[in-house]
Amino acid sequence: MQANTLSGGFADPAIGSAHAFRSVMEAMARPGTIQDIEGAAPPAPLSPAMGAVLLTLCDTETPIYLAGDMDCEAARAWLAFHTGAPFVGPAHCMFAVGKWDALAPLAVYPIGTSEYPDRSATLIVECSEFAAGATLTGPGIKDQATLSLPEVEAFQVNRTLFPLGLDFIFTCGERLAALPRSTKVS
Amino acid sequence: MTEYNFAYLDEQTKRMIRRAILKGLAIPGYQVPFASREMPMPYGWGTGGVQVSAAVLTPKDTFKVIDQGADDTTNAVSIRTFFQRTAGVATTTTTSDATVIQTRHRIPEEPLHEGQILVYQVPIPEPLRFLEPRESETRKMHSLEEYGLMHVKLYEDISRHGHIATSYAYPVKVEGRYVMDPSPIPKFDNPKLGDMAAIQLFGAGREQRIYALPPYTQVVSLDFEDHPFEASKADHPCGMCGATDSYLDELIIDDAGGRMFVCSDTDYCEVRQAAGHKRKDAA
Ligand SMILES: [Zn+2]
Repeated sequence: MQANTLSGGFADPAIGSAHAFRSVMEAMARPGTIQDIEGAAPPAPLSPAMGAVLLTLCDTETPIYLAGDMDCEAARAWLAFHTGAPFVGPAHCMFAVGKWDALAPLAVYPIGTSEYPDRSATLIVECSEFAAGATLTGPGIKDQATLSLPEVEAFQVNRTLFPLGLDFIFTCGERLAALPRSTKVS
Repeated sequence: MTEYNFAYLDEQTKRMIRRAILKGLAIPGYQVPFASREMPMPYGWGTGGVQVSAAVLTPKDTFKVIDQGADDTTNAVSIRTFFQRTAGVATTTTTSDATVIQTRHRIPEEPLHEGQILVYQVPIPEPLRFLEPRESETRKMHSLEEYGLMHVKLYEDISRHGHIATSYAYPVKVEGRYVMDPSPIPKFDNPKLGDMAAIQLFGAGREQRIYALPPYTQVVSLDFEDHPFEASKADHPCGMCGATDSYLDELIIDDAGGRMFVCSDTDYCEVRQAAGHKRKDAA
């Protein structure tokens, strides 16, 4: 076990996760807004924002899929120690973690059922930057918002599944944004 | 001194509630099941709302609790004190100063702003429950958008009373998809549900459901072309502040059965009175 496996959690877990959750909730409630999120120092390749989101939402009841280069010993050891979450394949995950290209194809993730649309995966996408980009409309957005997205079509397809579908959190450094299934992207 | 966790609930419970809140925000108006916990207060005191508040509060928050519009009922004071002690939050009765407002049966008169969160205590989250007692069936009805029965019920009101008699917990449709119970707010408050700048979260403890409305969500009260929805209130000005735009409670003020109508939102009424508004014909 490496030394940094044990470190990098919230200094005060209850307070740290309370603040981090508010950032995640604001992001999910207001698609296109960019929120600060801090307090976690996970090992690379996990960003501080990615680490904070996972510490806040994950535990032994939330299977995680690590995609691409996120599936490494450092990330597995850190998440196992701090969250206890089991690691699974994409078809059975509650949270998926990775860069956009590594997370594809999206069709493999759980999108919920017609009676329980909440039983769907949340994909946490590690990004290299946030910039203006696609136009967003829908719940949480007054008139319209913009957000840089890795592509447009995948989110348009996801929107057609509503009320089923995937929800997305984008992390970059110590910031995050989110895109729930309800958002129309153009 | 008793040891308790921040905001009373253990971290695993808060994570579970937080995950439910995020799914609720992603699917506006859909009721997300959650595993409700015992709280140190009876169910009638809004344990669903209390659990949602516990999951969203941070020590930087300023917290307000209203019970049918009033900050000073036993219920409101107990919940406010509970989070003051367990979460170290500041408290207020001033609507505009609060970052998180927990409410039972009202929406504040003053428009809420971005950055605020309104948490509703919900007794019965299922708007179809009185039409269909079986959870398995109501779930199916939501999944198929089978809301015809709901319209039939409202129309029976019209044929019996000449108008829609439902005046509390008046059902709404969210973003053209889910029919939702807005909790027992008066239908006067229904128009405030839609396009609100604040985040709205609904917690039902006994029934173990959480649902949500993100800001600026489209919310429409169910109605009919020939009987459009009307946000009615008593046709009086407030007897204390003279407001003509607020929801009023009728109070009996003396032994002779004298009555007065006053704002149900006590903060709204007090702010207006402090600003010099008085009922024109008041002594
Ligand atoms: Zn008044």
